[in-house]
Amino acid sequence: MNFQVRPILTALRRHKAGTMLIALQIALTLAIVCNALFIIHQRLGNLSANSGVDEANVFVIANMWADMGRSTSQVDAQVRADLIALRQLPAVRDATPASGYPLRGGGWDNFVTMTPEQVKPTTDAAVYTGDEHFIDTLGLNLVAGRNFRSDEVMAMGTQEAVTPPTVIVSKALADRLFPDGHALGKSFYAMGATPSTIVGIVDPLHRQGVDQWSNGYAGQSLIWPLRADDSRGVYYIVRARPGRLADAMREAPKALYAQSRLRIIDPKDGIQDYATIRHKVYDRDRGMAILMGIISVVLLAITAAGIVGLTSFWVGQRRRQIGVRRALGARRRDILAYFLTENFLISASGTVLGIVLGFAFNLWTVTRFAMDRMSLAYVGAGVLVLVLLGQAATLAPALRASRVSPVEATRSV
Amino acid sequence: MFAYYLELALRSLKRSPGLTALMVLAIGFGVAASMTSWSVFRAVSGDPIPWKSSKLFVPQIDMWGPNGRSPDGEPPNAMDYTDAVALMRDHRAKRQSAMYQISPSIVPADASKHPLNVSGHAVYGEFFPMLDVPFKFGRGWSNSDDANRAQVVVISSKLNQKLFGGVDSVGKIVNVEGRDYRVVGVLDQWNPQPRFYDVVNSGGFSTSDADVFLPFQTAIQASIPNDGNTNCNAVPDEPGFVGLQHSPCAWIAFMAELDDAAAVTAYRAYLDGYAKDQQAAGRFRWAPNNRLRDVPAWLENQHVVPSDTKVSLLVALGLLLVCLVNTVGLLLAKFLRRSSEIGVRRALGAPRAAIYTQFLVEAGIVGAAGGVLGLLLTGAGVASVGWVLPRDIASLARIDVSLLVLTLLVAVVATMLAGLYPTYRASRVQPAWQLKSN
Repeated sequence: MNFQVRPILTALRRHKAGTMLIALQIALTLAIVCNALFIIHQRLGNLSANSGVDEANVFVIANMWADMGRSTSQVDAQVRADLIALRQLPAVRDATPASGYPLRGGGWDNFVTMTPEQVKPTTDAAVYTGDEHFIDTLGLNLVAGRNFRSDEVMAMGTQEAVTPPTVIVSKALADRLFPDGHALGKSFYAMGATPSTIVGIVDPLHRQGVDQWSNGYAGQSLIWPLRADDSRGVYYIVRARPGRLADAMREAPKALYAQSRLRIIDPKDGIQDYATIRHKVYDRDRGMAILMGIISVVLLAITAAGIVGLTSFWVGQRRRQIGVRRALGARRRDILAYFLTENFLISASGTVLGIVLGFAFNLWTVTRFAMDRMSLAYVGAGVLVLVLLGQAATLAPALRASRVSPVEATRSV
Repeated sequence: MFAYYLELALRSLKRSPGLTALMVLAIGFGVAASMTSWSVFRAVSGDPIPWKSSKLFVPQIDMWGPNGRSPDGEPPNAMDYTDAVALMRDHRAKRQSAMYQISPSIVPADASKHPLNVSGHAVYGEFFPMLDVPFKFGRGWSNSDDANRAQVVVISSKLNQKLFGGVDSVGKIVNVEGRDYRVVGVLDQWNPQPRFYDVVNSGGFSTSDADVFLPFQTAIQASIPNDGNTNCNAVPDEPGFVGLQHSPCAWIAFMAELDDAAAVTAYRAYLDGYAKDQQAAGRFRWAPNNRLRDVPAWLENQHVVPSDTKVSLLVALGLLLVCLVNTVGLLLAKFLRRSSEIGVRRALGAPRAAIYTQFLVEAGIVGAAGGVLGLLLTGAGVASVGWVLPRDIASLARIDVSLLVLTLLVAVVATMLAGLYPTYRASRVQPAWQLKSN
């Protein structure tokens, strides 16, 4: 095969408009597709984020109290009784009271400082509360130190700020506060007048929300030994014995109602397993990934079809010239190579423009919507996809061109 | 003449069915993608109270000082109890209301029924006339009810249906958190989106209905705690809901009605004066840094329209643009293939204008066909946005006549615009040259 670029360029000069239109279409498609790929990859990455929870066996009961007038000690007695009842169920391995849980959405965050006078916080951390069963119930991985002892667990009433002297932190928070790796036994302040000393480190523990604004301190969490005795309600996190999730989810509300009927567990979404929780919290990310996927596929299909259409037109227009070339000794594969090279030249020039447009669009979303900067890999992938697509789309019309018989040279239209 | 061009166009389109189908598909998909994302964008960026939004204002007071401001110097987006109550007491706007989100339990009179958890707001009586809240039965409460901490309640028609079977329940008693409240009003359908009166707590959009409204001070006295966001720059000194009221934590939304520019200026001056007084009293150790925005500016400032929605709309418009570029190319190929036909027509005396009309009619037909396909796809798209978008936003996207008309219009106009250049090229065909080459 001989790749002669000069005659192709000369021919293209006679189809300026068509050439430029295909190049423009490829450029725009590339710009959109590489940004869409970037968004898809990013969102799918969020979707598979590790929460640290034994998600296959854990579920959450949103238990609201029907009478808010009760005192903290009354609520505390009820919570303790409820937990005993839950832990006694045959399908239940463990249970803990909580004010929130990983992937709940929204959440409770506190600033963290190293000294009480410090004005500018060192960082931010998601706050979890639970008793000595919290780590076992969620199935968290305790990598250093110890769990809470039952005598360390304090009661926390409605909108009450209690700062326990002990705390368990996620490894991400420990590393942020004490980069030297010796966090155990050290203490910090989390918006309280008194410090909390780190007694244990878990890894990982996801924050409650998945919002973009808290990306800066993703994975930084702390657990305080507190029983949430809020008069409004409490979350019971329950871990079922392996394979008995459904049984446990059926038994748990019955056991609670048997303790007291003065509670509200929403029949619709009062009890959720982790699959549901994860599905809900990542609604937005999954939707965006699907949407971008659909748009990319439609775009690529339309661009491919457009290339097929225009190339077919050119082949039809040049049957006589092709015949002449064939009559003068050009082989079939020379004709094939001609059209493929032509498409490659157009695609290549289109992708150059597309790379510029793609980065411009990304930069705009970075400044306007605080999105992340796109890496070169996505553009590379986009260029590869489009060049291959262009070659594939050209193949059928080019094959048809290669089958033009030399006789055509002698025929008038 | 038009009928003749129509016939010519149809004949030409039939001659190359593949190319025609390709163009119609491209236009259809492009238009449908844009219109579907437009319907979502339109729904979330709409003005929830267009007849009045420029008269409703959200004041912000900087009670935290320089360390509590956002990086661009914005004060907190909600108020603490001290300031909210002070602004209500001074009563400088035509109407105003402080409000906070509540989520109380309602114990039905029928003891065999489970208690219900409902969501709602504690507001002042002026909330209802200020926001033109529609009532089915009765009305809101008076300022003296606010002052006297009256045990009254306004409920939604949905809750009225649940508790009283939908009859006029004004005067009946509802048990909220163990206390009895007299129903003074039942709302008609009212579920503004975005939830502009309390964007901070609802995040803009909310699938749950606002079921109960209690007088602000009555709810405070009954210790019905705040169920919305609470932002603190420091931990409150005292525990519990009372401690929250004494703390500088931000948890109260505020809205004021100001009828004209003079009233706005006066209110601004009042806010600054208030902050200066606080500074003089030593509560604020910084100069006034207040804000006063009307509802549209406030929604913009709070980024109520999700950036995902904006990016999706842009990407969909990009798709439409690619489809149009594609159509320009295909129409160009299609028209120029008929150069000899154009040559003959021109030689027989057809003016350029006639060629223009003929080919624009052809483009228009492609556009119309694409538009019809686009309508079907848009219908399917809007019906299935719930599949890719969060429920609170997806439920807002609707198909209406204006969307249908816009879809067709965009398809036809865009395709005819795409046809302009190919038509121009077609009209430039030299008759002599074409006739000679044959």
